[in-house]
Amino acid sequence: MKIVTIIGFLLVIIGAWGMLTRKNLIRIIIGFSIIDTGIHLIIVSIGYLQGRTAPIIDSTVDKATAVLRVVDPIPSALVLTAIVIGLAITALMLTYAVRMFREKRSLYIDDYKELKW
Amino acid sequence: MIKKLFSIITIVLFMLMVLPLITGIFPFEELSPVASHYVSEGADELGAANLVTSVIVTYRGLDTLGEVTVLFIATAGVGFLLRREEDMPDFSEKPQTGAAGAASDKGPGPEKKSGMGKTPGPEKAPVVRASLRESSELLLSGSMFLFPLLVLFGAYIFIHGHLTPGGGFQGGVVIASAMLLLMLARVSLHLNHLVLSFIESLSGLAYVAIGIAGIFLAAGFLDNRILPLGDFGTLLSAGAIPVIYSLIGLKVGTELTNILITMRGEEQS
Repeated sequence: MKIVTIIGFLLVIIGAWGMLTRKNLIRIIIGFSIIDTGIHLIIVSIGYLQGRTAPIIDSTVDKATAVLRVVDPIPSALVLTAIVIGLAITALMLTYAVRMFREKRSLYIDDYKELKW
Repeated sequence: MIKKLFSIITIVLFMLMVLPLITGIFPFEELSPVASHYVSEGADELGAANLVTSVIVTYRGLDTLGEVTVLFIATAGVGFLLRREEDMPDFSEKPQTGAAGAASDKGPGPEKKSGMGKTPGPEKAPVVRASLRESSELLLSGSMFLFPLLVLFGAYIFIHGHLTPGGGFQGGVVIASAMLLLMLARVSLHLNHLVLSFIESLSGLAYVAIGIAGIFLAAGFLDNRILPLGDFGTLLSAGAIPVIYSLIGLKVGTELTNILITMRGEEQS
């Protein structure tokens, strides 16, 4: 039970709510970004160990005692990957929004009925 | 109303699904076995002071190659979707030969777009450009002052990725933000697409080549020990990690700049 995990959880819920209820394409993309950020926070908080420091070996953290003094480096590496891919996906989604706007001059999701049943 | 109800039900079910993240996971007291190997042996094995970097570039190097590939494909997708119509004449003709409804939908499109300018015409690009005013003196001087500093800082971040927090992706994003500042300040600026694509392809190719060299000269694909490990904690240490991160930095920087150029739209000539 950590405060960062709870904040991440809340962000995921808020983002999912935004994606489900908003009608504007840009707002749906913003909802996706909020979910993305929440997931990053959750992953980072899983790797965090109470009272430890960043996994960088320098004058304060020596090689011998590093195991007892640093946080888990793997979630940090995974979050870096996730951030970059989230950026790429957001750029691609915004491009789709631009493309759809060019076709129908509307960002309102109800104007796009082609895939509706 | 019924839609709202469905949304609420979905959210509640979703909350129940991810609730174990809060209630079921307890903070670790110590590192997991894999992580403790990375932390205790990583510095001696790979010579990188920043252990996150050694995980990203070497231990999980294949993941990073996949990540760079995803970024590349996304850039290609952005460029493909936002390409100018005059580049693809057969594509712009398709709606006219198609259904009548599609043609009438398509009709007002370009006129509305150029309506912000002076007159609706077939060439919409010059009209948009004419409506852009010059940037203010403050923005111009500020960008001229900040641009070299930002590029230098980005290069610093990716060259020192194995020693300090940061690395190729962060440095590349800083360089791309410098380019964004330049584009905001000089609206008619023309960046050479070809040079950017060339740098991007070359650094991607060199990254894979270093990875393959690891198979023959060291333990496996993307092994950084093809170069001497050097003195721990100095700039020229950790084998191929600084080289790989510099290549990633260049690749990400040029890739994101390409996305920005494409998204800037039609005034690009």
